[in-house]
Amino acid sequence: MKTAEEIFNLLKEKFGDSIIELKTDKPVEHYLVVDPLMVNKICMFLRNENGLQFDSLMNLSGVDDANGDKVKDEQELESIKGGTLSVFYHLESTSLKHKLTLKTSTGREKPEVVTVTEVWKGADWHEREAYDMYGIIFINHPDLRRILMPYDWEYGYPLRKDYKNPEFYQGMKVPY
Amino acid sequence: MGLLDQEFTDGNIVIAKTEDLFNWARLSSLWQVGFGLACCAIEMMATSASHYDFDRFGVIPRPSPRQSDVIIISGTVTLKMAIRIKRLYEQMPDPKYVISMGSCSNCGGPYWEHGYHVLKGVDRVIPVDVYVPGCPPRPEALLEGLLKLQEKIRNESIVKPNRYGLIGKSA
Repeated sequence: MKTAEEIFNLLKEKFGDSIIELKTDKPVEHYLVVDPLMVNKICMFLRNENGLQFDSLMNLSGVDDANGDKVKDEQELESIKGGTLSVFYHLESTSLKHKLTLKTSTGREKPEVVTVTEVWKGADWHEREAYDMYGIIFINHPDLRRILMPYDWEYGYPLRKDYKNPEFYQGMKVPY
Repeated sequence: MGLLDQEFTDGNIVIAKTEDLFNWARLSSLWQVGFGLACCAIEMMATSASHYDFDRFGVIPRPSPRQSDVIIISGTVTLKMAIRIKRLYEQMPDPKYVISMGSCSNCGGPYWEHGYHVLKGVDRVIPVDVYVPGCPPRPEALLEGLLKLQEKIRNESIVKPNRYGLIGKSA
């Protein structure tokens, strides 16, 4: 068993600047913030390293941090410019009985994170969901298309904080 | 009709109006499309099971819309599913009936405001005959909905209403 601090030091030694920080000030499990373009290599190491053996990706979820600037257009519609979208990874080692949370943040205007499907196959649909709901592009994903919303949905990503629902979809009125 | 045989002492002819006969036949064997959507479908299945026994009203699930008479929309109708429901409904032969079961299918239910993916009432895509309220409705409520539908069918006419809006009567 290893604590988040020990794993942080181990990763810092191996990946240097790609491991951004260890967050311990929140009233949740301590988590590591990492580089979105290095996350696949970091995860591969976490899975394969003898003392870590993170064989299970318990969950992967997108988050809209909504930390950009709120701007209004001519029609008084509010949207968010700048700031970040994040992806959280909850890992578990079923053999060594320890857990780890990773976070990676990417720019809202061009949200790109490298896929971890080559590390854990189960990440496939989780990443598709994060793409579907937040529009996060997972680089090198084998099948990145919508998973819950209709394939022809072209009205944006519903769980973004500045999402606006369309009036009509395929001739059906959407608002109440 | 188990009582019918005791009403006649001899003969084997029953005289009835075609309308009454057709309506009676239709309302007595409403085959439903074997189709469920969400938690209401669980309740619908409970209604079909031995405790409530939908079959005593002639309702059995038929796994093909082409041989069904009624479709029970039992659950949240998402926008994605609405297109499929419309397709199912269009595949059913006339005369066909729709029971909207539960708040979601009636009007969007708890998703009425923030359900970006939910159709706010299945009546926006197909015509509904009976709305059953509840979240989900108890099997008794669904049975009541079916009885209401039977009542509706019992009063149907195969004749067009005349210009006074009356059926089978002259003004």
